[in-house]
Amino acid sequence: MSNVLEVDALTKHFPIRSGLLHREVGRIRAVDSVSFHLGRGETLALVGESGCGKTTVARCLLRALAPTSGTIRFTPEGGREIDLAPLSRRQLRPLRRHMQMIFQDPYASLNPRMLVGDIIAEPMLVNGVPVADRQARVRELLELVGLPDTARTRFPFAFSGGQRQRIGIARALALTPSLIVADEPVSALDVSVQAQIINLLLDLQDRLRLSMIFVAHDLGVVRHVSDRVAVMYVGRIVETGPTTELYRQPLHPYTAALLASVPKPDPTQRDAAPPLAGDVADAGNVPKGCAFHPRCPHAQDLCRQVRPELLEVAPGRMSACHRARELTFAGVS
Amino acid sequence: MAEQPAQSAPCLLSVRDLVVDFRLDQGTIRAVENISLDLFAGRVLGVVGESGCGKSITARAILGIIDRPGRIVSGRVLLDPGTTRQLDLATLSNDSRELRSVRGGRIGLIFQEPMTALSNHYTVGNQIMEAVRAHKPKMTKPEARAKAVTLLGEVGIPNPDGRIDAYPFQLSGGLRQRVGIAMALAGDPDILIADEPTTALDVTTQAQILLLLRHLQRDKKIALMLITHDMGVIAQMADEVAVMYLGRVVEKAPVEHLFAAPRHPYTRALLRSVPNIHAKPRERLASIGGAVPHPARRPSGCSFHPRCPEVIAGRCAETEPAPVPAGADGAACFHAELTP
Repeated sequence: MSNVLEVDALTKHFPIRSGLLHREVGRIRAVDSVSFHLGRGETLALVGESGCGKTTVARCLLRALAPTSGTIRFTPEGGREIDLAPLSRRQLRPLRRHMQMIFQDPYASLNPRMLVGDIIAEPMLVNGVPVADRQARVRELLELVGLPDTARTRFPFAFSGGQRQRIGIARALALTPSLIVADEPVSALDVSVQAQIINLLLDLQDRLRLSMIFVAHDLGVVRHVSDRVAVMYVGRIVETGPTTELYRQPLHPYTAALLASVPKPDPTQRDAAPPLAGDVADAGNVPKGCAFHPRCPHAQDLCRQVRPELLEVAPGRMSACHRARELTFAGVS
Repeated sequence: MAEQPAQSAPCLLSVRDLVVDFRLDQGTIRAVENISLDLFAGRVLGVVGESGCGKSITARAILGIIDRPGRIVSGRVLLDPGTTRQLDLATLSNDSRELRSVRGGRIGLIFQEPMTALSNHYTVGNQIMEAVRAHKPKMTKPEARAKAVTLLGEVGIPNPDGRIDAYPFQLSGGLRQRVGIAMALAGDPDILIADEPTTALDVTTQAQILLLLRHLQRDKKIALMLITHDMGVIAQMADEVAVMYLGRVVEKAPVEHLFAAPRHPYTRALLRSVPNIHAKPRERLASIGGAVPHPARRPSGCSFHPRCPEVIAGRCAETEPAPVPAGADGAACFHAELTP
């Protein structure tokens, strides 16, 4: 079966303008030639630190942003493949029902003046689903996300953060979309509630075979919910692979450093030195060669001169590191 | 390994039976109820809990900077307890000279968002110099500048001589938090309160800042109160841990004991619900049912009982378990009372 998404050389640059004439003086390479695919029923996590471009990728996929270049080939369930990148707003409109988003902030993403039932029904209303069908579907969705039927006639303020996130998930699922993009869907929640929402997402993946792009910075969360991971650094993917393998033996030093930086919940294993020095590079001033080389303990002359391409190093495993084949990086079991 | 408890370490700050209320038109909300904590020189007290548990309010109460309409109803905040210099901060007015000299002097504060303590309109150096001279009025400007350079160097800012003239907006988030730490150290404090100091930072930067805090705290024998929601941060940093839930300390223990044998069902549940980088594919988490109730709707008896998997029928909903005694370890739970 075809992939839901085939993204090729996706690029999004933002101009830096300055001066009286507002001339372009530079470019922020927020996303720079990113390629990946998403299989049907698969969850791909985009991980990285702030400014790595993961949210910009997500917004380009949903065409909330127009990419600078590249293609986004999208195949809705039972539909034809179509490149989203060049489409106009009007051309995108009939496709929108096939792609939905789950937002990070459950307080900002729900209209406080709308009843929960109306919030969940809105995507169906916009897409011309008849009233009776809408009401039945809202009931079904509430049950699916574990909310009582009485929630329909209440306002969002009556619900806790975790419950609101359930409402947001129900709304995203209303039209049974072929693609769901979730941008940090659990990072605003308390630990105990976060666990509930992670479990809910896992249940929904199993029951509905969701195809999901999961944008996150928390490697713990990602390990639970994703089938594959793409690690981003300053606008580029530096490594992709199946979740378990990537965690067990990373093929890029940045992935290894990210894993080593997660505070271990074990007081008998304390870190003696930080795994990585320095700060994330500025996307407006990307270092020459490999963008990671100023922080990389393994950098050589080649790394300072030549930008490494994302290449297949092992079956299903890609790395953008010149030394991926010769070095072994520590992972987590 | 965490070091062995240093019995000889002097206690620098004791909070005793602290109660903080927020008086609203709709009624009074008790945000902090009967909290007792001790901070020892050269030791790290980790305070952990979910939002609304009162951990930040406790820190603000210590410093007398609770936002209105919150106020300390009762309890003591003793600086240098048991010595001739003992001072009860809770009795001082929030804008009294004594409390202002303690704030930023003996007790430094590190915020989650360093821009809480910094202004974008002044250079980093000017702001640190101001903080330095606020507590040492006799210091000349060149001396204060030299001290600011030293502080920036201590917090690991590369090229402190050059960076002293930078504005905060010219710095990355990680460098800004280092400046925030330098600000907190400006008055040479022996107590530091850090409220979620790494929550806004990326994971690689977090690792750097946590190690910086640990080194500073050890080298300067500072008593550090580290407030966080992250059990991983607690494990890496704390010597002793206080777990808070709905305004109360529900468990207090040395960090190794807390992780090896948590005694309160809430602590156990919290530890199990943390997403794990060692998880199996699609592994479910042991979640706690429900959500943290609003402090205005505190459940009767043990406030955790509606979510507790080990609730004792006819007991936990009716009676409140005894609080963890001041200056001791333990759990505020009937189960812990039954099996000491």
